Amino acid sequence: MFKLFKRNRRTTSEYIFDNINILIMLFICAITIYPIWYVLVNSLNDGVDAMRGGIYWWPREFTLENYKAVFETPGIVTSFGVTIAKTVIGTITHVFFTAMVAYAISRRDLYGRNFYMLVGVITMFFSGGLIPYFLLIRDLGLFDNFLVYIIPTMFNFFHLIIFVSFFRELPTSLEEAAKIDGANDFEIFIKVIIPLSMPVIATIALFQGVYQWNDYFAGVIFVNNPDLQPIQTYLYKVVAESSSNQMMTNAAGSIATKTVTSQSIKLATMVVTTLPIMLVYPFLQKYFVKGMLIGSVKG
Amino acid sequence: MEVKIQQPVEQQVSDTIMVEPTKKEKYKKIKKTIISQKYLQVMALLGVVWMFIFNYIPMYGLIIAFKEYSIIKTISEAPWVGLMQFKEFLQDENFWIVLKNTLGISLIKLIIGFPLPIIFALLLNELTSMKLKKAVQTISYLPHFISWVVLGGILTTWLADIGVLNDILLGLGLISERTNFLASPDNFWAIVILSDIWKELGWSAIIYLAAIAGVSPELYESSTIDGANRFQKMWHVTLPSIRPTITILFILAVSGVLNSNFDQILILRNSLNESASNVIDIYVYQMGLQNARYSYATAVGLLKAIIAFILLLSANKIVKKLNGTSLF
Repeated sequence: MFKLFKRNRRTTSEYIFDNINILIMLFICAITIYPIWYVLVNSLNDGVDAMRGGIYWWPREFTLENYKAVFETPGIVTSFGVTIAKTVIGTITHVFFTAMVAYAISRRDLYGRNFYMLVGVITMFFSGGLIPYFLLIRDLGLFDNFLVYIIPTMFNFFHLIIFVSFFRELPTSLEEAAKIDGANDFEIFIKVIIPLSMPVIATIALFQGVYQWNDYFAGVIFVNNPDLQPIQTYLYKVVAESSSNQMMTNAAGSIATKTVTSQSIKLATMVVTTLPIMLVYPFLQKYFVKGMLIGSVKG
Repeated sequence: MEVKIQQPVEQQVSDTIMVEPTKKEKYKKIKKTIISQKYLQVMALLGVVWMFIFNYIPMYGLIIAFKEYSIIKTISEAPWVGLMQFKEFLQDENFWIVLKNTLGISLIKLIIGFPLPIIFALLLNELTSMKLKKAVQTISYLPHFISWVVLGGILTTWLADIGVLNDILLGLGLISERTNFLASPDNFWAIVILSDIWKELGWSAIIYLAAIAGVSPELYESSTIDGANRFQKMWHVTLPSIRPTITILFILAVSGVLNSNFDQILILRNSLNESASNVIDIYVYQMGLQNARYSYATAVGLLKAIIAFILLLSANKIVKKLNGTSLF
């Protein structure tokens, strides 16, 4: 009823505008999805057949061989393991450590608060840049060490600001009650603050989780041992250094049917690398958006 | 929604200085406070220690820009060379190339890429169907979560001589023979700029959408009474209302003009498109990590950071004079 009323009041130019607007939006959606779709259907097609080209909408010779090849290439499987381990461990330690520091700094009675805050704010404007950072990691002995994915990413001052602004909104009555029961500040953080802060923890965990999953650079500059390289670094080497032939020989040894090519394995690896985020993302969208807003509004 | 930069300075709650205590009493009191909150202090100090190691030690490491550092010596042992590294960069034949590429890509990105999310947010806001709006949002945020490595893989597939783009252009008769678009410097800027827009258009619009959602409905109602149509509302109500947001993001964009999207360019560059893909960040990476010219690369990075900081301050100042909104 209301809608009808609205439509009647639209002028012709508004009507045209609305329809063109819808077309523009659909066009944007199409060019966003299609490149991803193209990779998907080509990864599901027989590799040798795909070399003829022309697979745009649907696999011509459907096969799962490419995916089988991905999971039968030892290097890829190891890299997936590294990525999963670094995402899980790196995200948990990051959230815990950053939230802990943030809780202490969020407390108005903390002696030296302004000093702690200043130490952090300076890092938002100044940094040492790539080379001094590289030399530091080297001197700390983090080269070819799994901890290079964890320790240098354990803390982030922007995330701290998001945590602090959330903690400030929490009612203090529960903290006080816990204090009367004899809990110390660390226990309060663990038992009272963390359970109350699940929305902000989810937001930061998602940001850090995506960062950990997608980052390839740490693996490129700090790690030489192939057993420690995450899947993104592995893919980087395949894409940028075109070592795809080498990848092919690795894969070919383990596969009887010669229907996969280096290109088809590459596409399948890309799909497997991206799929977890694609599947999880639409359900967690609101957390991402919320975090993005708090981050940009307050920071 | 109003965009404000948080002021970290806040009145410290202190109950100490009520009645002019003596110095000794004051110290005693501070000591007592600290001991009573020893757990909190340790929690905060752990963060400070982390920042000291991972933020402040690299800042100290910047002094190698004024030295001739090599692996055999420690940073303090390396001999001072003054501004030699900086002079060397300014005289290097690569200086103009990396400057041209960095500024060229960034400025075009600023001119095209900055207004697009604003336009996109405005158009999205005009959609009358809520369902469609939600769907478009979800889809347009998606590429943000694809890593540059995977997108690099998609691009190399699409732009290869047997790739889709060649199919399309051949089909339309726009080109006569197949080429690998990434194998020449001619198309590199366009590839970098367009793929960046493809990836971040929807995501960058989020903040504008939030700002638009925060515009008071009363403004729209009163403009309806004044007889404004939808386009006039967009132009005279929505746009001016989100101007503070636009301003702040613009200042940040201008100060980031010397930043290139390192992750993106590292994966798309190759020896054939080098003359268009060598930007400052890549140059620092090549000189420092691949050629081990640590001091030289640090000097290049430091010079970039200084200019970026000056740009941030001046953009802030100019915009403040022009329309009163600013970052600081």
